[in-house]
Amino acid sequence: MAKIINKRFIIPVLILFAIVFPFVTQNDYFIHVMTLSFIWMIGVYGLNLLAGYTGYLSLAHAGFFAVGAYSLGLLTVKAQMNFWLAFVLALIITSVLGFLIGLIALRTKEHFFAIYTLCVGYILYLIIDKWDSLTEGVRGLIGIPAPGNIGPISFETPLSQYYLVLAILLVVILIIYRIVHSLTGRTYIAIRNSEDLAQTIGISTMKNKLEVFVLSTFFAGLSGALYASFIRFIGPDIGNIVITFDLLTYLLIGGIGTLSGPIVGTVLVVWISQQLQFLQDYRMLIFGPILTLLVIFYPRGIAGSIAGWNVKRAEKKIAKAQQDERFSQSPISAENQVKEG
Amino acid sequence: MFLETKSLSKKFGGLTAVNNVDFTVEKGKINAIIGPNGAGKSTFFNLISGFHPPSSGSIILKGQDITRLPPNKIAEMGIARTFQTTNLFEQSTVLDNVVVGHRLRTKSNLLDAVLRTKRLKREEEQCREKALEVIRFTGLEKVAGKLVGSLTQEEKKRTAFALALATEPEIVFLDEPAAGVNPDETEGLAQLMKKMVDKGITVCLIEHKMQMIMKLADKIMVLNYGEKIAEGTAEEIQNDPAVIKAYLGGSASA
Repeated sequence: MAKIINKRFIIPVLILFAIVFPFVTQNDYFIHVMTLSFIWMIGVYGLNLLAGYTGYLSLAHAGFFAVGAYSLGLLTVKAQMNFWLAFVLALIITSVLGFLIGLIALRTKEHFFAIYTLCVGYILYLIIDKWDSLTEGVRGLIGIPAPGNIGPISFETPLSQYYLVLAILLVVILIIYRIVHSLTGRTYIAIRNSEDLAQTIGISTMKNKLEVFVLSTFFAGLSGALYASFIRFIGPDIGNIVITFDLLTYLLIGGIGTLSGPIVGTVLVVWISQQLQFLQDYRMLIFGPILTLLVIFYPRGIAGSIAGWNVKRAEKKIAKAQQDERFSQSPISAENQVKEG
Repeated sequence: MFLETKSLSKKFGGLTAVNNVDFTVEKGKINAIIGPNGAGKSTFFNLISGFHPPSSGSIILKGQDITRLPPNKIAEMGIARTFQTTNLFEQSTVLDNVVVGHRLRTKSNLLDAVLRTKRLKREEEQCREKALEVIRFTGLEKVAGKLVGSLTQEEKKRTAFALALATEPEIVFLDEPAAGVNPDETEGLAQLMKKMVDKGITVCLIEHKMQMIMKLADKIMVLNYGEKIAEGTAEEIQNDPAVIKAYLGGSASA
């Protein structure tokens, strides 16, 4: 049984499930919720790369999410730009902003970094909220176009948007997978594990941290731009700190620093909160304790804990195999062990 | 002259941790730094490896001034170090720890990673081979797949050596390599250091285990209150009145 549920099997099955999902449900609302989950996942992956793999917990990600969304919105609605051009520009704007903020933010570490980025995120939110003449302030931006046609394919229907977002998500996951499983990923993990040691073995920590920070904001911006084109209306609230903590909750529940964590966490939390919709705000009474218990007992989230169990099981197996070998190969040492025991 | 410090000083506020130290590390030898607790030995290491900028003085490696370089550049120049408290990536395996040690000799970047280029694959293979080589060199083959957190103190020390060696250094600075290991294991680590020197790597270590140092070191420097009080062979040091005074206190003639 354990052998069937390995990576080679489970990944194609999940992708296949995601592809046939709309035909199975036939329910537009479910498709809508799923598309939204995919969009969040991209942002969560960005946060995971920075917080999970490099050890820098940024609380500015809702800000970057909003910058991506507003860049797309303003360029298409106000500047009447072609959708895909605006899309690419939105990503560039977010990344450049990420670069500039990263230059300063990454001079701090640990909780100072978290607090600094918290402030940055809030400032981004305030700018969007107060700069009426540019962003329309609390009225929000209305009439953002759906993704433009790519050749003969149009993205006007929920179903086509679902597949567009799914395709982008899969590319994002592939990119993250490749980064994490490369020398570059090892470098990031080394920085997470001990920045001093990483520097001692010749890693330029500032350069690498800046690289991840920009990449991470890029994914937040991508997530935001997709959100804007999918919901077609954006208000300053999408830059609110609440969104950062939503992303962080998905990541923590799924498993910080794991590849499947963002998927598991986002799908689970989004669906549970949809199911508990009837409780209105009282659903937080259920969510709060669950989250607290999870963080206390499974700090590595669902995916992290499962991976942990697998490692332990494999280690036990190896230990047992080694012991068996010792017993069979040298009866003398086996005897000794019995005596000692 | 391989590596030398010229009137190197470090002040932390009013405290002078290292005071005007002139020291030369001789190529292909085992150099040792000893001294009572708080004598400034580790600070001296931190200055050379770039962790603290010196207050004054300079550090010259093969005729080149490296005084103000950041730690990662100094590592690139061929200076590796280990830490007093075994500073390793505890949650990864020995192999994974050591593989990343060769990262500084590779060039592949983020784009290589995303596109899985030939260069990345070649360099990953190169890092792996280097890691296996130093794991064999340090005698860690059996525990290569274990998490560092589950190793014995001695195995951790060896892993730290392996990690330092993976950077392909010309000189390694070892901060108390034998602290917290038993006499047999200490002997094993001493053998390993000799093996490193035989391979052409210069060793410089801080150590409190006098027996080991006196047998092992070709050259010893003694620090006390941040100042160099003696320098020479094991025999010279053992008979130096200033050293005896520093360690035993009281008058040197006693």
